[in-house]
Amino acid sequence: MWELIRANERKSAVLIILMGILLAGMGFVIGMAFDAESGAIWGIILSLAVWGLLMLISFTAGKDIMLSTSGAKQITPDMHPQLYNVVEEMRIAAGMNTTPKVYIIDTEMPNAFATGMKPENSAVAVTSGLLRRLNRDELQGVVAHEMSHIINRDIRFMTIAGVMMGTIIIIAQVFLRGMFFSGGGRRDSKGGSGQIIFLLIAIAFAILAPIMARLLYFAISRKREYLADASAVRLTRYPEGLASALEKIASSDAQIPSANKVTAPMYICNPLRPKGMKAADLSSTHPPISERIRILRNMSGGANYINYQQAYQSVRNQSSLLPASALADHSDIPLRDGGSEGIPGAELKTNTRAATDAVLMATDYTLIDCNCGMKLKVPPQYSGKYVYCTRCGMEHKVKR
Amino acid sequence: MIALWIVLGILVILVIFIIAAYNSLVQLRNQVKNAWAQIDVQLKRRHDLIPNLIETVKGYMTHERETLTKITEARSNAMSASTIPQKAAAEGVLSGLMGKLQVAIEAYPDLKANQNFLALQEELTSTENKISYSRQSYNDQVLRYNNKTQMFPSNVVAGMFGFKEGEFFEITDVAEKEVPKVKF
Repeated sequence: MWELIRANERKSAVLIILMGILLAGMGFVIGMAFDAESGAIWGIILSLAVWGLLMLISFTAGKDIMLSTSGAKQITPDMHPQLYNVVEEMRIAAGMNTTPKVYIIDTEMPNAFATGMKPENSAVAVTSGLLRRLNRDELQGVVAHEMSHIINRDIRFMTIAGVMMGTIIIIAQVFLRGMFFSGGGRRDSKGGSGQIIFLLIAIAFAILAPIMARLLYFAISRKREYLADASAVRLTRYPEGLASALEKIASSDAQIPSANKVTAPMYICNPLRPKGMKAADLSSTHPPISERIRILRNMSGGANYINYQQAYQSVRNQSSLLPASALADHSDIPLRDGGSEGIPGAELKTNTRAATDAVLMATDYTLIDCNCGMKLKVPPQYSGKYVYCTRCGMEHKVKR
Repeated sequence: MIALWIVLGILVILVIFIIAAYNSLVQLRNQVKNAWAQIDVQLKRRHDLIPNLIETVKGYMTHERETLTKITEARSNAMSASTIPQKAAAEGVLSGLMGKLQVAIEAYPDLKANQNFLALQEELTSTENKISYSRQSYNDQVLRYNNKTQMFPSNVVAGMFGFKEGEFFEITDVAEKEVPKVKF
């Protein structure tokens, strides 16, 4: 685990340096295309400034933006004990010191995401549709996958990669549109064949760079998903939990309305698949679910990274996924057995009730248990001091 | 004169190395302590939950009196254990009995419909998981710390300042060992 974190931190640093160079190069070429004498400096300064600004925003406010645009509501342990316990279990398994904040999103589509630049200041969010459908072991698998993104510093890494992609796209767009509107009249006055060469290079750059950046970003994103799966198994020691959770998620065809292109890579499965299309078919930010499931089900013998690597090789016929330093740990981590299964129909009912209650409590409803077995749900707008049970008529005081 | 500088340089490098090795040993030892504290919290939590559980299931599980008494005994044994190997042994017995109880509960559908019991069972399942995960995490930390105290050259520094090896926390699951014998 520590090896993976270190490898990821190294990669983050390398990515930042490479992107800085690429952006400066792009700024230089575009600047030269506009003005051969002093344009280069301004191009470099401007492109680095855009980059810096976007980095600043996403590092300081990224988490809050992610949580508020997805409509996530924070919950406390008493609102959904099981979810909270599972998060706590994974914190302990990973040896983290602080428990991430737990959020719930009220939507039918089963999905989950993690956010936060540092493990000490992170959050895990799951949808109510996920809580409804999954049993304890499956929920644990999903939460473990999300916590792995936090522990492996994937969120920071993906944010840096995402910002770099965004900056390149913005600069390229601004340049191409600027070209289109200015019509090139300014350049004729100065002339010079060197100017035209720079212009052509700049146009080629502006068209190709965003494509390259996107491809690179998606490739990184897919790899991080496999790694998070591997780490999740190492934490839970129960690959079947995550595998069957992914299966359930794949078989649902609801969409998350609040998700968009920017937030998509943070989810456990692509939240943006078109209606009617199964999740297993597409996704560029995520590897095909069917393949992730097959790798998990192919794991045998143990829950360490090396076991995941072996399963990955046998399914994908590719050699390397994990850095050698992570595979050097040969210690045996035995797989565990699944928990006891509840009664299938009853479980869906209790899960649904628990998820609904958690959503209501997170949106400031007051829940009162009446002695007759009825559960009263008092909305936050209700201003009276007392409510009466709708079944037995008993009077209850509303505690705010 | 040059020789003096060289000796001085070597000394400075040596001191820097000793400081670095000492600090990382202290850091690893603290992580072991911290991981142990995590296990301890969860073991205490389990000890607190057991009386509650027995109170709840007593009325339903009339045929399991013996198991319940054994659990109560194993709990007080585990609570009085002091050293790590003693604790590991006592908690192993308790874990085995709790596993047995979980299996026995499957035969009582009334119990599984009881809301209080369901909430309690969630707490217990979670505590059992936390014990097992914190044990894994503790043993990982002990392995890291022990590697540092045994490997050259940090073992020299460990010997100088008296860093002792950590003890692993291995719970031997009693239930696994007591496989019922089948006679033909």
